[in-house]
Amino acid sequence: MNAQTIEKLKILAESAKYDVSCSSSGTVRNNKKGGLGNTVGGMGICHSFAEDGRCISLLKIMLTNMCIYDCAYCVNRRSNDVPRATFAVSELVDITMEFYRRNYIEGLFLSSAVVRNPDYTMERMVAVIRNLRVEQRFNGYIHMKSIPGASRQLVQEAGLYADRMSVNIEIPNDNNLKMLAPEKNLASIYQPMKFIHQGVLENQEERQKYRHAPRFVPAGQSTQMIVGATSDSDKAILNLSSALYRRPSIRRVYYSGYVPVNTYDSRLPMLKQPPLVRENRLYQADWLMRFYNFRVNEIVNDTYPDLDLDVDPKLSWALRHPEAFPVDINSADYEMLLRVPGIGVKSATLIVASRRYGHLGAFQLKKMGIVMKKAQYFISCRELPVHTINELKPERVKAILTVGSGKKKIDENQLEIPFEK
Amino acid sequence: MTVFCYDKTFEGLLTCVFDAYLHKLFPDTLVGEGEPLPLFHDELYTCATDTQKADRVWKALGKKLSNDAMRELTIAWMADGYPKVDELLFRFIRKAVDAPKSIEVNFADQDVLALSRVYKQVSYERMRLVQFARFQKTADDIYFAPFEPQHNILPMAIEHFKDRFAGQKWIIYDVRRGYGYYYDLHTVEEITFTAEESEAILKKGFLADNLLAEDELLFQKMWQTYFKSIAIKERRNPRKHRQDMPVRYWKYLTEKRK
Repeated sequence: MNAQTIEKLKILAESAKYDVSCSSSGTVRNNKKGGLGNTVGGMGICHSFAEDGRCISLLKIMLTNMCIYDCAYCVNRRSNDVPRATFAVSELVDITMEFYRRNYIEGLFLSSAVVRNPDYTMERMVAVIRNLRVEQRFNGYIHMKSIPGASRQLVQEAGLYADRMSVNIEIPNDNNLKMLAPEKNLASIYQPMKFIHQGVLENQEERQKYRHAPRFVPAGQSTQMIVGATSDSDKAILNLSSALYRRPSIRRVYYSGYVPVNTYDSRLPMLKQPPLVRENRLYQADWLMRFYNFRVNEIVNDTYPDLDLDVDPKLSWALRHPEAFPVDINSADYEMLLRVPGIGVKSATLIVASRRYGHLGAFQLKKMGIVMKKAQYFISCRELPVHTINELKPERVKAILTVGSGKKKIDENQLEIPFEK
Repeated sequence: MTVFCYDKTFEGLLTCVFDAYLHKLFPDTLVGEGEPLPLFHDELYTCATDTQKADRVWKALGKKLSNDAMRELTIAWMADGYPKVDELLFRFIRKAVDAPKSIEVNFADQDVLALSRVYKQVSYERMRLVQFARFQKTADDIYFAPFEPQHNILPMAIEHFKDRFAGQKWIIYDVRRGYGYYYDLHTVEEITFTAEESEAILKKGFLADNLLAEDELLFQKMWQTYFKSIAIKERRNPRKHRQDMPVRYWKYLTEKRK
């Protein structure tokens, strides 16, 4: 532990930062005697927030950033001239323990570039988490990346120590993936995901027979897709997510707006800044599928292959389906309330609970936290004026709701001087 | 205007409820002992705290409300940073007693909604302690974390820290209210520092260097380095940063130490 360690930490954190997964949820585990740490489940705990607004829950770090692959979108690709470093197993274990004791972190997120071959890399990663769990009796959260191409035995062992494992799909389309990452293909990425999935299913069966059988990846697996590095439509991305969510072991799909790290590579688009709005819309669509009972083809389909960047996907659905509105707040069922723009899971629950006591009016809805600015066009309750989407027409509602956002309005009375370009 | 004067304890508040129903006299405002009275008051009733009366009210409430709502009530009471929380609780209890069935999920009612908001605020503040407490290791192997919560939430978070850091001695100290908890590997006890003591220990929110363990500053430096390198510069978002980690907590955050 010295200044050199700090330098390594810096290099390897910078290599790991493009991975967006951050959650520390999904497992509830109390501390054991003589051990350190617990996990709280539920929402997980974010211990800090970086300047880019993303939470820091786990110590997100790479074991090494020396990579044998040359993927166009990755900052650690073989042909990049970036500082390289490797942690010794004991070094990383010490840092994790000391950070955890000071309540800086919730656990470890271990990732690695592929050095020599997948099995060798994976073995070293497993050595770190084995050391943490067995020797240090660490009970905090561990998220580990599974390396495509690693053997099933290693995945099986890692799964006994890790709370969550993940493999990043990155590009949802095999041809595009082959173009950007010639050494990879989708089948090789799905392989470790399948290992984890099978492990989880086997473990479930085993635990039904033996209550104390050790848990295997109790917080399931997650994955990530890059947005904006290829021409893939939102439809392709969301259809893949939806297919993944049908598998019980997949808990989260993350979307990562492509940050142009390798600007010299002509296979990648030139972006001034990462597609943050599109990324946000994809997360909103993801939430609609997971918590709002939306089917994927209601959000994106052949007519609308991409999400509308001006309005959120739920509002966009509502504007396309004026026939479903207005929704009567005092009698509509919970599923329909969820579909009203401006009403979320929390407000829908509040409405359903409160309306048993009496009729709800616009005043009370506002107090409860419903976004009336949006919702007023889609609901009816006793006292609202009848300017719903059906009277105003969807185009008008969209115009009202998007006014003031986006580009600055141009004042027509202002003199403009046309400059020569 | 009717004013009730009581000792600002939860039992005191419940006694106020009991006496109000006993005398059929309901307060418009509640004041603590020694607090200045409102300018125009007609009647002042001083309520002597009586645990038996408080127990009876609490039991009666238990018949009207679910366990969750009872828990919400006790937790909302800890919201001492919230103005006039006792009057809100009084109104809520009175409504709960008067109503034929439980009112706890009638969020169309102002007081029920307000109570659920206060409860949420307090539990959020507890979460903030769990998130943002930063321990500094001292030379005698005690991990020390000062904190300044808006509400009095330390007691609610102690179980969490006791389980998580069972193998190390720690102190969590509420600087604003001047008390804290010390865990000595077996039990947790309440401690208080005098004003001079806490001034001598804390320099700008951090322990003086001579009190620290040998490698403490190195790990602080490491954490600061990590904090800086993990941010993606192309995605800088200071507004979100401050929203999730409000500036009022920065004083004791290692990564924000200057």
